[in-house]
Amino acid sequence: MAGRFQRLGEAGRRSVSIWVDGEPVHALEGDTLMVAMLNHGDHLRRSEFDPSARAGFCLMGACQDCWVRTEEGARLRACSTPVQENMKILTSRLEGTWAELT
Amino acid sequence: MGGADVDSAGPATPRVVVVGAGPAGVRCAETLVKAGIRPVVVDEGRRSGGQIYRRQPENFTRPYAALYGSEAAKAESIHRTFDSLLEHIDYMPETLIWNIADNHVYTVCGNRQRALAYDALILCTGATDRLMPVKGWQLAGTFSLGGAQVALKSQACAVGSRVVFMGTGALLYLVAAQYAAAGATVAAVLDTSALWRRVAALPKLLAQPRALWKGMLLTASLYRARVPVYFGIRPVAIEGSDDSGVAAVSFRDSMGKTRTLACDAVAMGYHLRPENQLADLARCEFRFDQPTRQWLPLADRDGRSSIDDVYLAGDGARILGADGAEASGELAALAALEDSGARVDSSRMDSLRRKLVKLQRFARGLNQAFPWPAAFAAELVDDTIVCRCEAIRVGELRATLSVTGSREVNRTKAFSRVGMGRCQGRYCGNAAAEIIASDGGVAIEEAGRLRAQAPVKPLPVALEKDS
Ligand SMILES: Cc1cc2nc3c(=O)[nH]c(=O)nc-3n(C[C@H](O)[C@H](O)[C@H](O)COP(=O)(O)OP(=O)(O)OC[C@H]3O[C@@H](n4cnc5c(N)ncnc54)[C@H](O)[C@@H]3O)c2cc1C
Ligand code: FES
Repeated sequence: MAGRFQRLGEAGRRSVSIWVDGEPVHALEGDTLMVAMLNHGDHLRRSEFDPSARAGFCLMGACQDCWVRTEEGARLRACSTPVQENMKILTSRLEGTWAELT
Repeated sequence: MGGADVDSAGPATPRVVVVGAGPAGVRCAETLVKAGIRPVVVDEGRRSGGQIYRRQPENFTRPYAALYGSEAAKAESIHRTFDSLLEHIDYMPETLIWNIADNHVYTVCGNRQRALAYDALILCTGATDRLMPVKGWQLAGTFSLGGAQVALKSQACAVGSRVVFMGTGALLYLVAAQYAAAGATVAAVLDTSALWRRVAALPKLLAQPRALWKGMLLTASLYRARVPVYFGIRPVAIEGSDDSGVAAVSFRDSMGKTRTLACDAVAMGYHLRPENQLADLARCEFRFDQPTRQWLPLADRDGRSSIDDVYLAGDGARILGADGAEASGELAALAALEDSGARVDSSRMDSLRRKLVKLQRFARGLNQAFPWPAAFAAELVDDTIVCRCEAIRVGELRATLSVTGSREVNRTKAFSRVGMGRCQGRYCGNAAAEIIASDGGVAIEEAGRLRAQAPVKPLPVALEKDS
């Protein structure tokens, strides 16, 4: 799976490792979780309402299209969360609904 | 900058809360500090700067000129000013105000929640992209135009390896040019506005000759980078698959010919919509602004809302751009100071007012040059998704209208759920109102205004109270 985003600079940063669906993903310090995930793969999650894969939309915390969850069950807004070493993220559809978030 | 003197014999220093640390919030806080007030500045961003002057993370190294181009000096001035204020304000970054009631703002940072009382509240909440749906816009790889800029500005990334920019407005050309300059592949710029409109808008655009000139340079830079630019297009669809996302954009060119461009990302936007839920929760009155076809909170020329103690500045009040945000932020602070009984520099207020009048004329020009394509809403095919959050289609919205007879946005929302999803109508609201108006045969202002609801954004599941 190719990365959706393209890095255009700032490549000299310290690297950070995270896990997405059990696979190791190489990120850079200062990346948002969204940028780390979309430089590696092409989506962040599956929509609960239709078959489409979602990759976020606004990148500024307004659309809420980029929520992912950690293996521990925490929910993170990927576009506004900086990556941290050893984060473990799941992209599969969560049973249950959006209502749990509000 | 001019400022205000506090009358030392006057009442105790008022508690002032400023929401937003973009250009409006920064100038507002600066003006208050100069007058001897220690405001609380609450901002959802991790770093100050707001949208246009958004800061990159601390360990990034691109210089101001690379990040902000012709606006580098202004960006640096806003950042330095804010940094110099830090000792004199109570700054709450990464903090969302999610509700306002009884002269308190309710904040959340992580899962810590607080209520802060205020004597004066100055809302500098900015704007987000204004969107018109197009078939396929739910596919992964479709981003808002502003979002595409955030990826570049604050993360040094392009949102795809071949990006189409579609929509209209000055920001469309700006972000496309920033992408091209940073080395990204811009597949095309597709502008829904026809070229002649720009010519017709020239008299108003000449209110800001420097900005007009910068716009012309941007367009020239796109031509130099051999980016195809189409004017007067009609979007047809974003094509691709549910699994792998965007693969192409199809559109009708100004001659009516359908064209398809391969790409893996689309950045879409039709100028901006003010972020004004907080003004609504503070019970400010709104008025319909015919030229932009949007509801704006009512404000006098200095930023006083219809509610005592609540002031409005920047793009959240009306979209005047970054210079307007700086001027209106300062002016709203001066108005609040004046109302609290402080002596203020009235000639400074006059000069800020004059500046805003000019910027308003320019903004009207931009609006004429790059109009919101309201008529597209009536032409959306039924299987176009209108609400990305819950994948609700235009056909379902139309069926709701015909079954319920509703012609009002809040009622229609209750029946169809359009506007009720996680973005709370930020991205579907403008178009839904147009669909209701055109299908129901009513004027858009009669379709009404989507009311804000607390929390203005989703909150963490468990909140803890801070003492
Ligand atoms: C994505 C984007 C990119 C833009 N890029 C450009 C550009 O390159 N050039 C240009 O001329 N114009 C640009 N604009 C237009 C821009 O909005 C204005 O030029 C300028 O930034 C407006 O300043 P402001 O202070 O009013 O708001 P902003 O700069 O938008 O700042 C508002 C701040 O308020 C905060 N906020 C909002 N609501 C809350 C809340 N409930 N709780 C806590 N904090 C809150 C936000 O997080 C934000 O930091 C852009 C607009 C957007 C939306
Ligand atoms: S992409 Fe919109 S909130 Fe994260």
